[in-house]
Amino acid sequence: MTFMVPAVNVADLKETTLLNMGIFALFVAVTMIIVIKASRNNKTAADYYAAGRSFTGPQNGTAIAGDYLSAASFLGITGAIAINGYDGFMYSIGFLVAWLVALLLVAELLRNTGKFTMADVLSFRLKQRPVRIAAAISTLAVCFFYLLAQMAGAGSLISLLLGISDWGGQALVIIVVGALMIMYVLIGGMKGTTWVQIIKAMLLIAGAAVMTFWVLAIYGFNLSDLLGGAVETSGNPNILNPGMQYGKTETSKLDFMSLGLALVLGTAALPHVLMRFYTVPTAKEARKSVVWSIWLIGLFYLFTLVLGYGAAALVGAETIKAAPGGVNSAAPLLAFHLGGPLLLGFISAVAFATILAVVAGLTITAAASFAHDIYASVIAKGKADPATEVKVARKTVIVIGLLAIAGGIFANGQNVAFLVALAFAVAASANLPTILYSLFWRKFTTQGAIWSMYGGLGSAIILIALSPVVSGAKTSMIPGANFAIFPLSNPGIVSIPLAFFLGWLGSVLDKRLEDTTKQAEMEVRSLTGVGAEKATDH
Amino acid sequence: MGHEAQETDATAAVDFKEVQSTERFQELRKRHRSFVFPMAIAFLLWYFAYVLLADYAVEFMSTKVWGNINIGLIMGLLQFVTTFAITGWYVSYSNRRLDPIAAEIRHEIEGHEFDKHGNQISGVEK
Repeated sequence: MTFMVPAVNVADLKETTLLNMGIFALFVAVTMIIVIKASRNNKTAADYYAAGRSFTGPQNGTAIAGDYLSAASFLGITGAIAINGYDGFMYSIGFLVAWLVALLLVAELLRNTGKFTMADVLSFRLKQRPVRIAAAISTLAVCFFYLLAQMAGAGSLISLLLGISDWGGQALVIIVVGALMIMYVLIGGMKGTTWVQIIKAMLLIAGAAVMTFWVLAIYGFNLSDLLGGAVETSGNPNILNPGMQYGKTETSKLDFMSLGLALVLGTAALPHVLMRFYTVPTAKEARKSVVWSIWLIGLFYLFTLVLGYGAAALVGAETIKAAPGGVNSAAPLLAFHLGGPLLLGFISAVAFATILAVVAGLTITAAASFAHDIYASVIAKGKADPATEVKVARKTVIVIGLLAIAGGIFANGQNVAFLVALAFAVAASANLPTILYSLFWRKFTTQGAIWSMYGGLGSAIILIALSPVVSGAKTSMIPGANFAIFPLSNPGIVSIPLAFFLGWLGSVLDKRLEDTTKQAEMEVRSLTGVGAEKATDH
Repeated sequence: MGHEAQETDATAAVDFKEVQSTERFQELRKRHRSFVFPMAIAFLLWYFAYVLLADYAVEFMSTKVWGNINIGLIMGLLQFVTTFAITGWYVSYSNRRLDPIAAEIRHEIEGHEFDKHGNQISGVEK
């Protein structure tokens, strides 16, 4: 053991506030210039929603990693490992393995059959109107929960990084984040948003890499010594073993299974991830982008393993828990411990940028779904011209931005990880069965899709409302009431199989037969790429 | 957006059922499914086996193998290894076994289309 770095004094953090803000302002200025430059070619709907399908696989893969590695995964997982040890590591495994579902079963086929949104694929061979409405509703629901999580995360991050602890000050920062995000999306569309995500992903991964190298260097590049250090500081050898968080009771063990299911099946059904596959010119590039993102995300989660145990060893769980921001402060505190105010400032700015980029990606997805699926296809019955559709999308961006700001202010202080896990569970229940059935099962029908989507969405949300997350426990959203008749905090283990079952049942009971010509077309197009949307040239 | 509408029209004349029933397409479909389905089942089983062990076999997972490194950590890292390996395997499989056949079928359709009667149409753009 050769570390002689001074202990972390949380009071020192406030002195770095100006530096944090300065680095963040620099990031905003640089990305804004890029967004304005990138937006010059935004002419058609394909430009606005899908960046003219002009990104390469590696670029899009980096942007996907930027989209996926949200503040919840960077701050949340590092903190979870620092406090709960091994159980925190299991989150990152679920988040990573989930990408194989996207790679093998979804990405390329979706790119070949769709145009702008998830609903394009789901309604391809079924009845347009009902399926499109259902897909748009679940897209909006998932995006909304995810948005809330990110905005709430912004609030708690601020309390630590900028030293703003009063409610009004945090609300002001949430408004600033929301306003910036609206500007990015309005001006830059998908192209601008993608560039923000690419830059942010590179900064985040580089920052994490530097810190990982640093921590490992302190322990002579010996992982076993690092783990030993974590045990020594925490005084608890169980930090290296599974079960510290989830092994307490039989219910909590079952809860972990449920969470594991939601994580691994949720990713390939997240609308904002699916929409990214339309920004590349071909299915082959879509495949390349998933491969890139798997490598980047996998690498990043390996870093968080070192960072989490590093924080446990060098900062200590007690200091982390006592700091403003609690568990989420593990990574920033470790940065401060290692590199002082400058590294803390950099990491904080990256964490802010992360929230900004993820929120922008979610907003454009929700706006595209509303304008393309609900406005153009249902309200205007397919007769809206693309220019009007983009105008509607832009207006939707403002509405969603304002909703996110309001929701963020009220959700401030809520458990971020819960909101994200909720989004994953809702995505896996409402979207995944219908995506897989419509791509792979010939006899799937409209009724099956409707039952599965509404059944999955409804059961996931109802079970959450009846879970200890909402009432009946000290940490609940409504601690005073108790209507928690469902014991698990994640509904996945019930709602996901239920949605698959409903999709099957609805299809076999459906008396209406689906158009086999459309089924043939979808199958041929999905596998060969015939007639797939091409890149727009300028 | 003009050219997009045109493309839809171009493929509207294609008899997809005809294409679907061709031997080449059935071969492509078989090759795709015979890889992705078993692979998806395999990695999901391996992942859930891991989660179950971590959940219910804490003693076993806590067995120290080398220094402070225990079976749980090794199995966790193996999940990363298998994820990377399956990714690489799938890419090489698609490049060798799927892409050539898919491109062949695509060119055939886009080059000279089949109409509803199975006759070929020539002169369609792209």
